[in-house]
Amino acid sequence: MLTRLLRTYLRPYVWPLAAVVLLQLVGTIAMLYLPSLNADIIDHGIARGDTGYIVRTGGWMLLVSAVQMACSIAAVYYGARTAMGFGRDVRAAIFHRVIRYSGREVGQFGAPSLITRNTNDVQQVQMLVVVTCTMLVSAPIMCVGGVIMALREDIGLAWLMAVCVPVLVLSIGLVIMRMVPQFRLMQTRIDTVNRVLREQISGIRVVRAFVREPYEMRRFDDANRDLTETALRAGRLMAVVFPIVMLVLNLSSIAVLWFGAARVDSGEIQIGALTAFLSYLMQILMSVMMATFMVIMVPRAAVCAERIVEVLDTDTTVVPPRQPVTELSRRGELELRNVRFQYPGAADPVLRDISFTARAGQTIAIIGSTGSGKTTLLSLVPRLFDVTGGAVYVDGVDVRDLDPDLLWSRIGLVPQRPYLFSGTIASNLRYGRPDATDEELWTSLEIAQARDFVEALPEGLNAPVAQGGTNLSGGQRQRLAIARALVRRPEIYLFDDSFSALDLGTDARLRAALRPATADAVVVIVAQRVSTILDADQIVVLENGAVAGIGRHDELLDTCPTYREIVDSQLTVEALS
Amino acid sequence: MTRPTTAPIRPAPRRGPLGGHGFMGGMPVEKSMNFGPSARRLLGRLRPHRIPLIGVILLAVGSVGLSVIGPKVLGHATDIIFAGLIGKQLPPGTTQEQAVAGARAAGNDTFADMLARMDLVPGVGIDFPRLGWVLALAAALFLAASLLSWLQGHLLTGIVQRSVRQLRTDVEAKLNRLPLSYFDAQPRGELLSRVTNDIDNIAQSLQQTLSQLLSSLLTVVGVLVMMFVISPLLAVVALVTVPLSILVTQRIAKRSQKQFVAQWQHTGALNGQIEEAFTGHELVKVFGRQREVEAAFAAKNEELFRASFAAQFVSGIIMPAMMFIGNLSYVAIAVIGGLRVASGSMSLGDVQAFIQYSRFFTQPLTQLASMANLLQSGVASAERVFEVLDAPEQSPDPVEPARPTQRRGRVEFEGVSFRYAPDKPLIEDLSLVAEPGHTVAIVGPTGAGKTTLVNLIMRFYELDAGRITLDGVDIATMRRDELRGQIGMVLQDTWLFGGTIRDNIAYGNPDATEEQIIAAAKATFVDRFVRSLPDGYDTVIDEEGSNVSAGEKQLITIARAFLSNPSLLILDEATSSVDTRTEVLLQRAMAALRADRTSFVIAHRLSTIRDADLILVMENGRIVEQGTHAELLAAEGAYHRLYHAQFSQPVVEEEAAVPVGGVPGVGGPPFGAMPRQR
Repeated sequence: MLTRLLRTYLRPYVWPLAAVVLLQLVGTIAMLYLPSLNADIIDHGIARGDTGYIVRTGGWMLLVSAVQMACSIAAVYYGARTAMGFGRDVRAAIFHRVIRYSGREVGQFGAPSLITRNTNDVQQVQMLVVVTCTMLVSAPIMCVGGVIMALREDIGLAWLMAVCVPVLVLSIGLVIMRMVPQFRLMQTRIDTVNRVLREQISGIRVVRAFVREPYEMRRFDDANRDLTETALRAGRLMAVVFPIVMLVLNLSSIAVLWFGAARVDSGEIQIGALTAFLSYLMQILMSVMMATFMVIMVPRAAVCAERIVEVLDTDTTVVPPRQPVTELSRRGELELRNVRFQYPGAADPVLRDISFTARAGQTIAIIGSTGSGKTTLLSLVPRLFDVTGGAVYVDGVDVRDLDPDLLWSRIGLVPQRPYLFSGTIASNLRYGRPDATDEELWTSLEIAQARDFVEALPEGLNAPVAQGGTNLSGGQRQRLAIARALVRRPEIYLFDDSFSALDLGTDARLRAALRPATADAVVVIVAQRVSTILDADQIVVLENGAVAGIGRHDELLDTCPTYREIVDSQLTVEALS
Repeated sequence: MTRPTTAPIRPAPRRGPLGGHGFMGGMPVEKSMNFGPSARRLLGRLRPHRIPLIGVILLAVGSVGLSVIGPKVLGHATDIIFAGLIGKQLPPGTTQEQAVAGARAAGNDTFADMLARMDLVPGVGIDFPRLGWVLALAAALFLAASLLSWLQGHLLTGIVQRSVRQLRTDVEAKLNRLPLSYFDAQPRGELLSRVTNDIDNIAQSLQQTLSQLLSSLLTVVGVLVMMFVISPLLAVVALVTVPLSILVTQRIAKRSQKQFVAQWQHTGALNGQIEEAFTGHELVKVFGRQREVEAAFAAKNEELFRASFAAQFVSGIIMPAMMFIGNLSYVAIAVIGGLRVASGSMSLGDVQAFIQYSRFFTQPLTQLASMANLLQSGVASAERVFEVLDAPEQSPDPVEPARPTQRRGRVEFEGVSFRYAPDKPLIEDLSLVAEPGHTVAIVGPTGAGKTTLVNLIMRFYELDAGRITLDGVDIATMRRDELRGQIGMVLQDTWLFGGTIRDNIAYGNPDATEEQIIAAAKATFVDRFVRSLPDGYDTVIDEEGSNVSAGEKQLITIARAFLSNPSLLILDEATSSVDTRTEVLLQRAMAALRADRTSFVIAHRLSTIRDADLILVMENGRIVEQGTHAELLAAEGAYHRLYHAQFSQPVVEEEAAVPVGGVPGVGGPPFGAMPRQR
């Protein structure tokens, strides 16, 4: 998955990538040339006492260093461009796909998971590309180049490299392999400690009410002890790494000097070559070490890549029509005909055989216990899901044949969780109709019983709204969400349990104000409270995904036992008389 | 008194397992307010470990010292090889002096000078036994240095982890001593972030800085000493590059820091946008905003690309630049050293050792520079944790606590006044009596002080005036745990902890037997749905509690209170969207719980209110009326108004003149217009 992702999204960057490799190659060769020049200083300059040669070669070394720096900087430039461009492109691809998902795919992944995939996961993979471009690419070049240069100096000592490099890789690799699971365990234990603390802080009243401080303290102590144990183990393994690396490097240079001395003595190599060989070996070992450290990033990035590809490989189940209907003649009619909805692979349908028709000016209420399919039913109208049987008609046209933009322009949705976007109250209200005037906003606020509290805010319509609307109370959010739908002046209103956070008085006044405002529209209300829907034109009682009864309140009281049961649980006889 | 609980949690400064505080940069460093005092206080927390700490310092000195001597010894080995090489070329049987004189006679003065400085025997090759000894010595040095360095790391890890554990324990204990008002006063996310993210950050900073700070400083000093010992001239040459590299690093770092801050901000902005678009997915679609959202995303994505490219590039320049400066000094040392070897004032081995030292020298310097950031952020975190530790605590329990002689459950308020904020009076001069076994229903609009009233009984807050007695004893003179042990509480927010259902029920009474738990579960209708779960009572309630519905959670909290068998009960009836059947169960469970106990009920249900022995009508922190349902209705006062605003059938405006379900809601303040307390 990782390679597939990289192959696909690095393709546009073939040339910058080639530039990175080339530049790193030149830079590395320049870097490797330096010890060789130094060897020349020793062998031809010092040993012969030729000061002019020493200075000349020194100047040459400076030039080579400058070339090396220029190449490295240019490589960083192209590397950073590639890596960040890659990240940008993958992010855009995910976003583009998810925004086209239907409710089913979003539900299947879960919004939080999609967010993580679009942000964190991309960042992880991007990080790998950064490291690869800036460091990992140069490691093999350095290795190969170093070996070639070292062999040029002396083939007889080559076997030393064949010993030192594996020893280094093995010793670091072994420690890291033991370290990685410890770090993973440590992360889960940190999470445990944090979870206990979070529970204590958010449940502080319960903890104190039940006098469970001692118990909570014990619970925390256990988690804390476990964490400390793991952190100790991980930290102590970490403490091994640096000394081992130093030891291997230093012992290698001792070995080079000892075995090299014999070859110098027998005249097989010159002493300068020996020093150069030493430098090359160090450079090789250093790059091997870097590469080993970096390679442990790969598994993590691979997991992220898999999660990204999973999103990119999922297609939306709600496809726009090939030849969309772009004009509607009638206005204000919603019809469900034998509607059925079933998740693929599920044993039972969520909804089955549901039919009703609503005309402009009518209010349809849908009631039923949790899990009876009310929200799913609403979602079928704006095609957040598509029916798996039957059809939904808006103004006489199957919603699957309608141009999506046209369909959505006719619908005002107030979702169960009244989500607000960051910005201002005005920007949220104008979400569905950017050109609405302030006056229109105030009218909608008034109907939604939100005028008072918005007026009370010092900035009024321009009061800031935090992401998700967290700086407002649940009831305020709900009323703003209702106003937002009203500003749109759609012909079909979908209220998904939108009055639950309101007290009964506000609820009643809101619905009273809603009536005239929605006189020429279809209003569909999903509700928990019977009082909310008493005056609906039609009440659809859902039970286990099927219609248990349709009719007005009084009719249903007589004919539908499920409805009566719901009513009995909520209202006393006195209140209804 | 619900306060917003969702507050932005500061992003955790996470670092990878290898502590990559280098090339990614990541988040901007948060500066501490009082670096000096806070850093001292943080170090002060290591005091209990001062003996191992001294050991750590000694070990660091030892290992750095040994590893600093190493290159000098290796240089000596090179000298031996070089001497053997030169000596072999000289005619055997002569002395060194003769060879020098011979070279001078040949007119090769430089070579003669060099020869004069060397330790050689003409005609004899490399002295292998001697070379062996020197190399063995070097190996021993390196081995010892690594061993000491490992011991140091091992010991230090122990010190740091134990200190952090103690810090966590202290913070946790502190949380238990803080008054509830402290938790109300700040967003929970903020407090959470302090006790979790900040402590994690401290642990990482301590672990990484302490070990490296020490060895880096020592290495710089040691290397400097060795360089001056070998050649003061070359040492000065090497030192010249230091200010240069510091200057360059600082310049680049300053610019890259700015870019990293920008990158961080753009990342945050983009992530926020993604979060919004995905969380409000259905709205984006149905409100036809796909195109705008995608355009906005593309713009932000492009900005992030620019910022992160700039950050990556600018910070990526540091390495090559430093390498170049390093090469500068390398070339300078090679040339000048070469000249000096040729002139005989220095040995080749010393030059080689020197080159190694100069490489050794820049590395700890850059490490020290990068550690400054880490240290800053660690101390800033410590400061925030210390603020929690320094917060004023609730008054300690009395030394000789009072105890009611009998448990009957009679509660009396005598002239109680209380306010959360000094300038906002809430409850003023409130008096009431709840007789044993009676149900007291508290009604009134949001923000009237209903929750506050029951919180005072629990002694979650201290009174400003007056007193509350339980069975004749002032609750302020009792131990808090004894007082609360007699009270059972079912709150509006159904807090359950991550554990099994059994553990959550037993939370009310840890000594309860299995039979008692199941009896409580049966009495409160928990048993029925628990049995339908695959794991029954062992079902683990996860953090979101997604496997148990909201209503079922509420039932579990009722079972929890039931099992604690309190003499006094506090119930909050408000139920968030619970489906109708669970609702019936909830009512019955609460009724079972109330039987024969004094109960304070924040009432939302008509049946509860009608059956209550006493109704308290609260408005603006005052009890404006008290009495039974019939009495209060007859009085046609506040209760009368409230009753009809809240419990009569909703009235459509145009039909308002026609009474439905009793008296129309005229005259009284509309319920929703009540000031909302936030």
